[in-house]
Amino acid sequence: MRTLFHNVSVRRLISALAVMAVVAVMTGPAGSTETPTAGFTGSFAEKSSFFGMFETVRWVPFLFLGLVFFSVWSLWLSRGQQVKDGVAKVFAAPRAAAERRPVRWGIAVLLIVVALILPHIITDPFWQAAMVEQIAVYVLLAVGLNVVVGFAGLLDLGFVAFYAIGAYTTAWVTGALPLPPLFGIHMDPFFAIPIAIVIAMLAGIILGAPTLRLRGDYLAIVTLGFGEIITIFANNLYGITGGSQGTALIPHFSLHVGPIKYLWGLTPVPYYYLTLVFVVLFLAAFSLLEHSRVGRAWTAIREDEVAAESVGINPLKYKVMAFAIGASTAGFAGVVTASQSNNIFPSSFTLSFSINILVLVIFGGMGSIFGVVLGAIIIQTGSMYLLHTPPAGYQPSDLYVYLGALLVMMMIFRPAGLVPSRRRRREIRLSEAGEGHADEVLTGDQP
Amino acid sequence: MSDRIFDVQNVTLRFGGVVSLNDVSLHQNRGEILAVIGPNGAGKTSLFNSLTGVYQPQEGTITFLGRDAKPISIIGKKAHQVSSAGVARTFQASRMFSALTAFENVKIGAESHRGIGVLGAMLKGPGTRKDEKSSDAKTFKLLEFVGMTEKANVVSASLSYGDRRRLEIARGLATDPQVLLLDEPAAGTNPSEKIQLTELIRKVRDEMGVSILLIEHDMKLVMSLAERLYVLNFGGVIAEGTPEEIRANPAVIEAYLGSSSVTTEEQA
Repeated sequence: MRTLFHNVSVRRLISALAVMAVVAVMTGPAGSTETPTAGFTGSFAEKSSFFGMFETVRWVPFLFLGLVFFSVWSLWLSRGQQVKDGVAKVFAAPRAAAERRPVRWGIAVLLIVVALILPHIITDPFWQAAMVEQIAVYVLLAVGLNVVVGFAGLLDLGFVAFYAIGAYTTAWVTGALPLPPLFGIHMDPFFAIPIAIVIAMLAGIILGAPTLRLRGDYLAIVTLGFGEIITIFANNLYGITGGSQGTALIPHFSLHVGPIKYLWGLTPVPYYYLTLVFVVLFLAAFSLLEHSRVGRAWTAIREDEVAAESVGINPLKYKVMAFAIGASTAGFAGVVTASQSNNIFPSSFTLSFSINILVLVIFGGMGSIFGVVLGAIIIQTGSMYLLHTPPAGYQPSDLYVYLGALLVMMMIFRPAGLVPSRRRRREIRLSEAGEGHADEVLTGDQP
Repeated sequence: MSDRIFDVQNVTLRFGGVVSLNDVSLHQNRGEILAVIGPNGAGKTSLFNSLTGVYQPQEGTITFLGRDAKPISIIGKKAHQVSSAGVARTFQASRMFSALTAFENVKIGAESHRGIGVLGAMLKGPGTRKDEKSSDAKTFKLLEFVGMTEKANVVSASLSYGDRRRLEIARGLATDPQVLLLDEPAAGTNPSEKIQLTELIRKVRDEMGVSILLIEHDMKLVMSLAERLYVLNFGGVIAEGTPEEIRANPAVIEAYLGSSSVTTEEQA
């Protein structure tokens, strides 16, 4: 018996079955206070369909999945390298082509055209709404957070704060808050765009200037706190934000220039195009920024702050700038959300929202703009699909289980993300080889 | 007096109860190749870190003669401000931006004093393009100067030790310094690289007019390169003079080999 357990294959089989047992429990029915064990027992005993073929007890399909998992795992260990090499060979030519400028421009133009005609292809109202609220807005947020996390290498766990600031600024200038609006004028949400962006950037500077002297984990905790503070403010300052009841009605975008009178309703399509314009603008600006001296300075700080400082780069200034620039997209995203959904509530701006955005960035590939956009689209589309056509037993709150599992898998198999940035991929390889000091703290404490 | 590029007066640096530099006074003349030597833990790197704004000594003054012969007090300045004033440095264990190419490494140095210009970068206007071009040209010139033109596009982590040292020197020179501080430039290099390095350091001084301040353990290199030396031990200056004078100084011999009356074995 003992020798059997020492067999690697047997241990692998047990692990595979154990993983699937965990999955069975997590996707199974929920327990209650009267029957606390129902969630556990039901996960195995309940009747369910065997992939639509026949009805059986629930543990059978999961046992089957465990065996599949085991065989894929074993195959991967023996043949994985061959597969990897094969994939690399297949993708070598397209990858080389994508390095060339005209090809890059071609792809960009093609993607924009696809994005332009997309609302005419997808006419399902659920998906049209999802495209604005859940995909385009999240792409914007992910691209903004990518500046902070990917370019400057600062872990920001409170990114939702800037989004909330953008949304509440919109409510403020349009007169939807108990607080009287700016100059007493009830502005159109169009004018909220620049104001929200500027205020979000200012918030980035105000948060960044004192806290960006901290490094690594300490910064993450302070930003986490900032995110919480903003939510709690929104919740408790009843006289300013309307408290947990949320804001009054925020108007939709409207255009009244001379004879042109146009009021955007609840249809998401105009919002989609507005967001698309800003996504393209932000993407263009950020990719120019990445390859400018600002981007290089960020890379230098990320890799070795001491060395960066020794060549005259002021780390604090560049980090604060990354915070402010990252916050700008969140500010804009806040305007779109506020104006389209009419109401905003403090409960929408939670820590899990920040984490969600961070997952998009890590999944797509920190520092790689294309990767982050792609990652955000894939994950958000996937989670919307699960919401729209949920598989049996799926509850919306299960999403985070799957996102977490996905993130773990990514960290093991593709730590630099879906489409890694070239610099980041090198950094990860170097740190695995024990070289480079991307995250090394100054040796010897400063007095 | 006015030609002292560095003038260090009575500097004391403590970390809690540990005295790292104890009442150190020394100076460097403009255009001089000066070396600081001493046994391990003598305070050489602490001195470098104090001169470059990484450490802030509690007592004393450090005056640096800037670009237009304007005296600048180093203490209280941050490392990047010191660099902007005209002090470049290399590190003991060379610190490259390892995931970037040799070219990018030097370019970061060349453009770091240009201010920030986010809007310019985002719009990529003619001004930005011109700046990029001039930084590129300067970077090429410096890579040529240190003899690394062919390795411009090599990722710096895959360079040899000797190449990294030269690259670090090029990166430092890209900031247009008045003085270049080299922290053990010969560590980890082979004999032929050492000869190249000696020539390079001399060339930096002769052709670019940059003063050199050097920490080194390799006595052969120090003695052939330096025009004047300071010897540190236990955080204090114990000797100063030309290489010949230092070689003959009994205090230096004692510091390196232990005192003749009490050998290290007896102490143990």
